Amino acid sequence: MFSLNELKKGALISLWFVFLTFPIMVIKVDPIERIVQWRWTNALMVGIGTFIVYCIIQFAKYRKSLKSTEESEEDSKEQASFIHKILANTKQRNMLFMVLAAIILIFPHLFSTYQTNIMTTALMYVVLGLGLNIVVGMAGLLDLGFVAFYAVGAYSYALLNHHFGLGFWEVLPIGGGLAAIAGILLGYPVLRLRGDYLAIVTLGFGEIIRLVLENWNEFSKGPSGISNISRPEFFGIEMSLEMSILYIYYIMVGFMIFTIFVVNRLQDSRLGRAWIALREDEIACQAMGIDKQKTKLTAFSLGAFWAGIVGVIFAAKTTFINPASFTFLESAIILSIVVLGGMGSIVGVIIGALVLILMPEYLRALSEYRMLAFGAILVMMMVFRPQGLIANVRRTYRFEKNS
Amino acid sequence: MDYFIELLFSGLSRGAIYALIALGYTMVYGIIGLINFAHGEIYMIGAFTSFIVATVLSIYGFPLLAIVALAGVAAAIWAASYGLTIEKIAYKPLRHAPRLSPLISAIGMSIFLQNYVLLAQTSDFLPFPELIPEFAFMEPVAHIVGSSDLVILVTTAVAMLILTYVIKFTRLGKAMRATAQDRTMAMLVGINVNNIISATFIIGSALAAIGGLLIASHIGQINFYIGFLAGIKAFTAAVLGGIGSIPGAVLGSLILGLTESFATGYVSSDYEDVFAFSLLVLILLFKPSGLLGKAETQKV
Repeated sequence: MFSLNELKKGALISLWFVFLTFPIMVIKVDPIERIVQWRWTNALMVGIGTFIVYCIIQFAKYRKSLKSTEESEEDSKEQASFIHKILANTKQRNMLFMVLAAIILIFPHLFSTYQTNIMTTALMYVVLGLGLNIVVGMAGLLDLGFVAFYAVGAYSYALLNHHFGLGFWEVLPIGGGLAAIAGILLGYPVLRLRGDYLAIVTLGFGEIIRLVLENWNEFSKGPSGISNISRPEFFGIEMSLEMSILYIYYIMVGFMIFTIFVVNRLQDSRLGRAWIALREDEIACQAMGIDKQKTKLTAFSLGAFWAGIVGVIFAAKTTFINPASFTFLESAIILSIVVLGGMGSIVGVIIGALVLILMPEYLRALSEYRMLAFGAILVMMMVFRPQGLIANVRRTYRFEKNS
Repeated sequence: MDYFIELLFSGLSRGAIYALIALGYTMVYGIIGLINFAHGEIYMIGAFTSFIVATVLSIYGFPLLAIVALAGVAAAIWAASYGLTIEKIAYKPLRHAPRLSPLISAIGMSIFLQNYVLLAQTSDFLPFPELIPEFAFMEPVAHIVGSSDLVILVTTAVAMLILTYVIKFTRLGKAMRATAQDRTMAMLVGINVNNIISATFIIGSALAAIGGLLIASHIGQINFYIGFLAGIKAFTAAVLGGIGSIPGAVLGSLILGLTESFATGYVSSDYEDVFAFSLLVLILLFKPSGLLGKAETQKV
């Protein structure tokens, strides 16, 4: 299976990586004490590790080539859309939904509050991912500053609560609305920009919002943030900490179901189809008589709306916010959820969010390495499965092949 | 007036360093149309490599000139190797993938490299040895214009001249321009497109590493996180000038550097980055493809 040539190539690659990582991995200097530390074992580990990874990849390739000769390509395609097959069948779909609903409802009673908290976070990212999916997945507008709208929602709750004592349920629509307005404000001037220019302007916008929050002390209390944000109330009943964690969890579940419902309906609506047309071909889309400006703006503001609402929930959940929660990395993670799950596919986004958010949490045992693994997994996913975990199925007509 | 000149020169040297990094972005974008988000990290790795080499050599008592030369060469070599490897691992398999996939892959690479340096070295700020001594240059002006500003400006100018020569007059440059124009056609006329793309990554990474060495010695400290902001700024500069255009990258970087420097000097240092990004948004509003960028032709 492994020919001598392949082994030789693997050895060469390992040598290359030993060379590549030599200064950073092997040498460690202390410039103040003026000591040089040579860590030769690291070089050895890099070499052996690279060789093992190379062998695994070669083995996977070998397996794949064997498989593809055995099965026809059509079979693998059918397998890829396993979930979609279930969804297409009404009976199986209802069963799946019931099981999922049962799991979601029972979950907080089976596990500790810590687990519930993590799950709430994951659900928040599901909604954020679905919101960004409208902008990126459906309308094809690459938005790298999505976290700005999230920040608008979180800060509007924090500030309104701090200054005017407004409660969670009053601010929820206000936060969403403010974020949607921010979406329109950003969307309007950048309508003319395309592709990467749009990406960098949205990135810049996100950074501007974060920097303003960080530096405008009178407005946002700067880097120290706002604390003591009140938790959501339930008809004026006082709740213990555990109860309120549970309460937020159920709010988030309900809200997620609402989001999935709306986004799913949007997808097949006139507006949703206009977005998809816009993504596929702007010029053809205009020629069909679709108002490009209006379509883009609704995509931006609707996406922002969800982010704003999740922002309000985030502020209520943590009771403390500061600008450090709204960095570019956050936008990158949300974007990764959308792309990793499969652009434009709702099931994909949900699974992507659960994988990306829960994985680092449960990898805490390897806490130091979790961001390293996160980066590596993003790269590997893109290389080995660029269409995402669950590719979106589009309605297409297929011609039967004549034998 | 002195203050003005000081700001002017600090802005120019800041812009010059952005230019060194921005060139890598713009060259890669020009050729394969990819935002190489990991480019900022290459710059950071260049800075770290030069830091390690310079410190080791200074502990073993080498003369300053040898330290500077060796640190520069090592930084360029290793950064170029990193650029090459990243291209092979993270971008090459994605040549025909949807447009967003290489972008995500690049973001993943950037997170990976940051944490790799964080784990292998340290998260602390490390003091960078002073490689460019403050020599008494033009005594009355010397207080205003630091020698490191001058070194940075001269180095950048020389690098630009060499790069312009390479792209305009050599075989490699011709092949690069051909690849940038139409990859398939370049392949048809016998250009090894993969090699050209690798060469682009090597040149861009080496330039970023030189930038890393210069700015680290200018500021005096480094950290695993420096690549992110510098990368974003350099990318902003490249977009400002019109991404894909080499003179555009230089112009955009200088404008960005000057804006930041004057804004910090005359308005407030808190909002330095806000000014940079606002300038970008303003310019793109009126010139959607950057200052020197070509307007995209829309194919129907």
